[in-house]
Amino acid sequence: MMASSYNAKDEDGHITMSGPGGGTLRSKKPENTAFKQQRLPAWQPILTAGTVLPAFFIIGLIFIPIGIGLYVTSNNIKEFEIDYTGVDMSSPCFNCSQNFSWNSTKPCTCTIPFYLDQPYESNVFMYYGLSNFYQNHRRYVKSRDDSQLNGDMESLTKPSKECEPYASHENKPIAPCGAIANSMFNDTLELFYNDPNGTKIQIPLTTTGIAWWTDKHVKFRNPGGNNPNLTAVFQGTTKPVNWRKPVYELDADPENNGFINEDFIVWMRTAALPTFRKLYRIIQKKNNMVPTLPRGNYTLEVVYNYPVRSFEGRKRMILSTISWMGGKNPFLGIAYITVGSVCFFLGVVLLIIHHKYGNRNNSADISN
Amino acid sequence: RSCPANEAFIPPKFCDNRIVSSKYTVWNFLPKNLFEQFRRIANFYFLIIFLVQVIVDTPTSPVTSGLPLFFVITVTAIKQGYEDWLRHKADNEVNKYPVTVLEDGRRIRKESEKIKVGDVVEVEENETFPCDLILLQSSRDDDTCFVTTASLDGESNHKTHYTVPDTEKDLESLNATIECEQPQPDLYKFVGRMHIYKNNQEPAVRSLGPENLLLKGATLKNTQKICGVAVYTGMETKMALNYQGKSQKRSAVEKSINAFLLVYLCILVSKALVCTTLKYVWQSKPGQDEPWYNEKTQREKDTNLYLKMFTDFLSFMVLFNFIIPVSMYVTVEMQKFLGSFFITWDKDFFDPEIQEGALVNTSDLNEELGQVEYVFTDKTGTLTQNNMEFIECCIDGFQYKYRDASSELDGFCVTDGPVYLDKWEELFLRALCLCHTVQVKEPTEGFIASSPDEVALVKGAMRYGFTFLGLESKTMKILNRNNDVEMYELLHVLNFDPVRRRMSVIVRAISGDTLLFCKGADSSIFPRVRQEEVERIRMHVERNATEGYRTLCVAYKYLSAEEYAQADAGLREARLALQDREQKLMAVYNQVETGMSLIGATAVEDRLQEEAAETMEALQGAGMKVWVLTGDKMETAKSTCYACRLFQRNTELLELTVRTLEDGGRRREERLHELLLEYHKKAVQDAPPVKAGVTRSWSLTNQDYGFIIDGATLSMVLNSSTESNSSRYKNLFLQICQNCTAVLCCRMAPLQKAQIVKMVKNSKGCPITLSIGDGANDVSMILEAHVGIGIKGKEGRQAVRNSDYAIPKLKHLKKLLLAHGHLYYVRIAHLVQYFFYKNLCFILPQFLYQFFCGYSQQPLYDAAYLTMYNICFTSMPILAYSLLEQHICMEVLLDNATLYREIAKNAMLRWGPFLYWTLLGVFHGLLFFFGVRYLFSNPALQDNGQVFGNWSYGTIVFTVLVFTVTLKLALDTRHWTWINHFVIWGSLAFYVFFSFFWGGIIWPFLRQQRLYFVFANMLSSVSAWLVIILLILLSLLPEILLVVFRKPRGPHSRQIAAVTPLSYKHLKERQ
Repeated sequence: MMASSYNAKDEDGHITMSGPGGGTLRSKKPENTAFKQQRLPAWQPILTAGTVLPAFFIIGLIFIPIGIGLYVTSNNIKEFEIDYTGVDMSSPCFNCSQNFSWNSTKPCTCTIPFYLDQPYESNVFMYYGLSNFYQNHRRYVKSRDDSQLNGDMESLTKPSKECEPYASHENKPIAPCGAIANSMFNDTLELFYNDPNGTKIQIPLTTTGIAWWTDKHVKFRNPGGNNPNLTAVFQGTTKPVNWRKPVYELDADPENNGFINEDFIVWMRTAALPTFRKLYRIIQKKNNMVPTLPRGNYTLEVVYNYPVRSFEGRKRMILSTISWMGGKNPFLGIAYITVGSVCFFLGVVLLIIHHKYGNRNNSADISN
Repeated sequence: RSCPANEAFIPPKFCDNRIVSSKYTVWNFLPKNLFEQFRRIANFYFLIIFLVQVIVDTPTSPVTSGLPLFFVITVTAIKQGYEDWLRHKADNEVNKYPVTVLEDGRRIRKESEKIKVGDVVEVEENETFPCDLILLQSSRDDDTCFVTTASLDGESNHKTHYTVPDTEKDLESLNATIECEQPQPDLYKFVGRMHIYKNNQEPAVRSLGPENLLLKGATLKNTQKICGVAVYTGMETKMALNYQGKSQKRSAVEKSINAFLLVYLCILVSKALVCTTLKYVWQSKPGQDEPWYNEKTQREKDTNLYLKMFTDFLSFMVLFNFIIPVSMYVTVEMQKFLGSFFITWDKDFFDPEIQEGALVNTSDLNEELGQVEYVFTDKTGTLTQNNMEFIECCIDGFQYKYRDASSELDGFCVTDGPVYLDKWEELFLRALCLCHTVQVKEPTEGFIASSPDEVALVKGAMRYGFTFLGLESKTMKILNRNNDVEMYELLHVLNFDPVRRRMSVIVRAISGDTLLFCKGADSSIFPRVRQEEVERIRMHVERNATEGYRTLCVAYKYLSAEEYAQADAGLREARLALQDREQKLMAVYNQVETGMSLIGATAVEDRLQEEAAETMEALQGAGMKVWVLTGDKMETAKSTCYACRLFQRNTELLELTVRTLEDGGRRREERLHELLLEYHKKAVQDAPPVKAGVTRSWSLTNQDYGFIIDGATLSMVLNSSTESNSSRYKNLFLQICQNCTAVLCCRMAPLQKAQIVKMVKNSKGCPITLSIGDGANDVSMILEAHVGIGIKGKEGRQAVRNSDYAIPKLKHLKKLLLAHGHLYYVRIAHLVQYFFYKNLCFILPQFLYQFFCGYSQQPLYDAAYLTMYNICFTSMPILAYSLLEQHICMEVLLDNATLYREIAKNAMLRWGPFLYWTLLGVFHGLLFFFGVRYLFSNPALQDNGQVFGNWSYGTIVFTVLVFTVTLKLALDTRHWTWINHFVIWGSLAFYVFFSFFWGGIIWPFLRQQRLYFVFANMLSSVSAWLVIILLILLSLLPEILLVVFRKPRGPHSRQIAAVTPLSYKHLKERQ
């Protein structure tokens, strides 16, 4: 591509020598090259009904199976969604949502029971979903400092202006700065399986593998290189205003702490739409004999830290299995089936029209 | 010492003799050029956008629009500066030309520009006059000089100009003043007075007329040298006044672009307005404007609400401004500039005679060549070669055709005339040899005459064995067939004049016989000869005339001694008459030229340019109307029109000339009125009503009309005494002309030519006009028309320099219009439509995204994509397309002139096609955005459960966009050269490569690493792949459908239809 543009420019330069302006070479006979005489050998494709019709059939024949496959796959994905915002009086989290205060030191917890009517066989992915949360607002999207998150020491102490008004607090630079980091989702979700025999078994949730590999390993770096003492590294900075604990206390695991905490990284990837879900935890399949989540009663325990009612938002917890095409989304399957069928149908209609028309055309020719 | 001074009303302050055609000087170039450039709406718009981006906090950086703008402005400025430099050079060539000025009795060499009014200038043979001069002294004995005004009015014959009577031979002692009128452009009018002061005597007053005035630009011929006094200099010369300033020509396509631009500007503003309004509606709901997670900065909070609304509006404007891309202008300019090289490169335009090809002076008008509706052509040197040749003669009713150089004499003798006619033959040939005013030019054996016909006749006679040797002291010498020299004493020359339309000589042969030979137009000879001879000759004459030859009849009579004495006395008396000399002479002439015997007739051909008739036919076939505008005589012009097949044999001619006006014997105005109404009735009202769609088609079944008008009548039509009449006449005249297949305007002054062009140009429907000419007299019309074409003819390079395109020969016009023009038009029309389309579907998703991001001006695409989209990803394929596309190959275009009509009247840039493209853009934009929107209803698109963010969303949309837009172009491409392949597939590959590259590195200079690995992650998702493929296919599906629904009709149209771009379906439907 680049080469082609250079090519054109070379041509250009060449032109100006012998072109209209150049009087010196005027008497020169134009070169008889295919390019200059506009006689370059050319492929002149002609799209006719004859070539298009098979294409329609082929598209139809390919798309319909793909569509069916997609649809079936999507349908086989098991998904469970529960809204725990606590808008209704009856909701277990109603109290927490009503009495929310940024300053409360005692966390408010609520417990939501739910029932899975099917066993979840493979790995189960646990998402939290937010509604009416504009992570894609321009002021919000740009309110971050990627070089700070990349471990740049200078940006750590001097956050970018883009982070305003979350750049510094009480004359100390905020790390991580910006509105995105400041509003990081900090509800804690825990899942318990209510064994039929009455015991409550906590389901182990994996906290890693939820962020893009490249984000975790390249884009997000803790400052100070491999210095394991993050507390020292973040010395002189302050935690984001709305956070309950500083960034170096996000996780006990040093590989998942500070800026490379995966919950943090996931949050920092701003969502495309105001209703979105983000991967929260993964429930690994233990062995082939037992389903990851058997059918039965479960409880979701929420440490309710994240207020959404002020902007009429909703919070959800989603459990979903995953296929090769990702999460459950019937759209693709339906779209493929529709397009495939339309193509096929059009192909048939056109074939009939074309056939009829072709005959008429021939007879017209003969009559002429 | 002569010191003529001009006592005009204004103080005698005259401009110097400098011709200025350049626009800028070194000092005013920058401000003037910038001002001119920003007068273009587009440039001004981009400037505003740029300033907004600099001042207001906007979603994109000012660099994105500032850099391309700067680039465009610079390139244009350099181009215009270069062009102006060329003009400066050309001006200097003229202005620094050395001339000889007599000052205080000395001859001084001066630069032409230093000539002042009142200077006495000496001009030598074959030099052009550096300014308008009053002829004072000539080296010829008879106080005359010969001048050719070929470069002024296209007449290449020699005109005789006279010195002011009674000026001293000795210029040094001449003391005189000249009074003359204010400068005016009419070449044939001049009124002045010269006061000659002789020592203490009453000043003698001599009147000055056009015969004393030598015009700048004319060339001195056949006279060794003359002296003249400068009266008009520089920009006040008649030549300069006949030039109009070279105004910027803008093509119809550019006007369409501007119209579309306004539509898109409206779309843009309304989008921004909608978004701003909705933003404030949305924000008024509690908790939306400033939720806890997204607080405003202090500055934002402090800003006044209305100011904020305004800046929000501007921000939206900036966000959506890509809908009107700077790059379109760059691409259009590049396309025009590079595209014009194909004209210069075309070897079909190369003329081996002058070793030159076509020349492109303005590349802005390439596409206009495909839109021409009216062709105004000069005659002399354009349609004809201005090169007379003796073709045949008819002696006493027998036809002699000059056959071949090899069989000259024999061929002549044995044609079809019996041998006893020898006497007649010789008489005829002697008549040809004697009856003329030709002079022999010694060194080259050439002849010089005021009329090229005479030269042709003398040369013709020479081929038959009678050679005119020259005139020596009133004796004409002829070398006859037997190589004997015959001597004739020239007694009288009865000069040619256009009213009598004949000339005669009276000679006395050695034998003592006095003979009168007369030649002239058939209409003026036939009544004066014995009737019994006429019929046989008339047949030949008429046949020759219809073949486009210029015919002359030759007659003679013997004068007895008494007759001669009487005639001689009459002539002498008349010549000496002081009053009514002309009329008296005329009376004597008429008296003498009676009772002659007709010998024969001649046919002279003004050779047409090669393939002139074919070219004209092709142009008419392509729906163009051809008007011939010439300074020449009507008869000559008419015969040329016949020869070029502009007038067919069955064409009914409607004449509106001085002659027809005088026929009725009434006042001219009345007659004019009457004739106009009559012709209007004939040509317009009685013409079968034609539907609007087919007005341009001419069918042979209808009666064809040809219209002839001359300069004098035209000025009556245009400048009628009353204002109301004038506009009415003008209208009538236009309507008549528009209903004629061909129009001939003769005896036109250069400015009148331009007037006609202007009139047609401004008539209803604003047809595109093209002027073609080769001489300086055509310059004003070349400049006036939408497209001016110069022919690199014999009459200097004035026309070429002022033209937009110059071609060596008339025949090249056919390919220039039918092939190049057609292709350029299709290319640029497609280019423009495509550009608007691709930017509409580029920006529409961004607009729609505002509804999902709280109207916060969040861009959907990354800044790199926003900038690169028009510059790199999608610009090269369309540029290659617009340079190389041949939807119909050149040969077919040349063979089927009717194809030209399909794109007539800006067919591909009218609102219909524009609407089609716009809807297509909207459809694609909606499809891209909502397709991905539904995919993102569950953003967990990877098989490891990880989710995609907003930049992935934008990247998917953008990928679909780039591929669809490029493939759409690929579908439209009918001519796939390797360059097209390379550029189309290369662009797509470059996009993929660039996306990997851009997302593969943490760029230290970027504040945000938004796209880091976004593209790679997108490709790792099967769903993303599937949705991309689906959306691309779905967007192109309607296009493909159109192909099938467009039914070919008949084998011929199928061949063409198959190669017409899909989007121009409507064009075929009109057929």
